[in-house]
Formats: sequence, structure tokens, C-alpha cells
Amino acid sequence: MGAILGKKIGMTRLYNEKREAVPCTIIQAGPCFVTQVKSAGIDGYDAYQVGIGERKEAKVTKPMLGHYKKAGVAPGYMTAEFDTSMFDGELTAGSPVLVESFTEGEIVKVQGVSKGKGFAGVVKRHNFGGGQRTHGQSDRLRAPGSIGGASDPSKTFKGTKMGGRMGSDTITVRNLQVIKIMPESSLIMVKGSVPGPKNSYVRIVSTKK
Amino acid sequence: MDQLIQLVEATQAGVETPDIYPGDSVRIQLRVIEGEKERLQAFDGVVISDRGAGTNKTITVRKISHGVGVERIIPINSPNVESVTVLKHGKARRSKLFYLRKRTGKAALKVKERKVAEKAS
Repeated sequence: MGAILGKKIGMTRLYNEKREAVPCTIIQAGPCFVTQVKSAGIDGYDAYQVGIGERKEAKVTKPMLGHYKKAGVAPGYMTAEFDTSMFDGELTAGSPVLVESFTEGEIVKVQGVSKGKGFAGVVKRHNFGGGQRTHGQSDRLRAPGSIGGASDPSKTFKGTKMGGRMGSDTITVRNLQVIKIMPESSLIMVKGSVPGPKNSYVRIVSTKK
Repeated sequence: MDQLIQLVEATQAGVETPDIYPGDSVRIQLRVIEGEKERLQAFDGVVISDRGAGTNKTITVRKISHGVGVERIIPINSPNVESVTVLKHGKARRSKLFYLRKRTGKAALKVKERKVAEKAS
């Protein structure tokens, strides 16, 4: 059981004990510290706010700087809240959150912000088939086709799939297996891919049994 | 490449392999599990392609077995690779020797030999 923030480093392959090559994403999860303890009495719910990374004081906004100072933690890149049930025992502001809380073989889910694709057409965004390439077609290859009826209903229904901004969405990938943990460098390797570009921050949470 | 990726891959190094180039004739001892038993199986052939680096390096080895061309893509750092020996150094002018696939008979695996100066060490 565990919950932590991490930075996506990249992918490689690792060999398991069956000597099979397993595709893995390397995530640097740490150094992480609890930056605030939220309690039902004050905030309405129980949670631990966890911060990751280290950043120059000058690069951090003054309100956040004060927030980090209060917790006695070096200023970092981002913070995120986790349910208290994800952690063994009580934590206080300033306590470290370690990759050791995960075990190899454990199933986790990883949340991150996917790569932005910009303004994408319907073929890329909604897996439309596009049009014909031949038979006298012009400009129809990646066209969406009809977007609805004519005089009845006299409008295009809301939610009709069209082109638009794609990517940069918060995506959670479930059922990823922890393949390897290297505590000395705070690295955690999960099987498969993880949303987002390299050097982006992700949330790793154990799957509840 | 990222230092942290290298750090992870360093834990995965397979057997020490000699420098292999496309055109070389190699013998690769592979661990094969048959039922309960494990034995070694040799795969001899010509390296016709290599790709990747570090843990991800693979070579494609081609041989003619009973008149049929057989190719195997071998991840060189796999724990299934027991040993890699270079039988003959080939002299190839390109990095992918796919033209060998079109050849038949004696010429099928013919690659000019390369004289390698013995290293002092």
C-alpha cells in the first residue's frame, strides 16, 4: 500500500525471472515530503498533501514558499493530496514519503496529464474512418462526413464528435504492475506505459484490494 | 540518454559480448527450456542487422537450415543468451545485409572476410 508522486523518466525493457523482456516505465518518485495534513475538523476531510522535487526559492511563488516553510520542507515543483488510508501509520508535515511503501509485484494506478495534441481532426481525435481516397473524391480523406439532419432537427446536436483540442487530459491508467523498486535513487518501474511526456509529474497509488 | 535510465539498465547487463558488426559470423548459445530440463542450443549464422543500444540491443542472425533460410532476432542482453562468439569477421559495406535474403545456394551467406588486427591486450 502506498501513494506517491513521481517524475516520468522514460521507458526501457527489463528481464523478469522467467527471462521475459518486460516493457517498463521508469518513474523517479521522490524525494517526497508531506507538506500539509488536512483534517476533518479544519478542512472537512482527512488527507495528506505531498510535495515532490526541489526548486530554487526564487522560482517559487511567495504564497507557496510560505506554505513550504510552514511544513519545514524545501520548496518543490508540485503538490497533490492523497487519502490518509493510503499510508501506514500517522504522518506529520515534513515526514518523507518513500518508494519503499510499494512492493514489487504490486498493482498500482498511475495518473498523469497526457501529451497535448493541439487542435486535432476527427480521424485522430475520435477514430473516424475518414473518406475515400479514390472514386473522384477531393478534400474528403480526413473529413468528418455528415454532422446531422437537415430541416429536421435544423441543428447539430450538442456533443456531436468534431475536431478540437486533444490531449492534455488527466488520464488514469489502472492495473499497472510494479516491476522493480530502487530505493537508493527513489526509482520505481511499472510495467507498460504511463500518460504524459518525459519529465512530467504523475501520481502513483496502490490499487485497493 | 537519461542517466537514470542508464542506472536502471546497468542492473540488467547480460553476458559480456564481443564487438559484433553486421557481416560477422557468430555462434550464439541460447538457453532452451524443454519440459523440466534446460539445455543449450547453438545458433550459428551471419549477423545481417543490429539495432538499439544497451539493454535494448538486438541482432538479427540468418542461417540456412536444410535449404530454408532462418532468421532469429536475438536480444543480446537477454538472460537466455549464454554466450556469443564471433566465428568470422565479415567485411560489409552497409549496416543491414538484407540483400542476402534474395541469394540462394552457395552465395546465400557469403560475406567478404575482414582481417582483424589482433589487439595487444
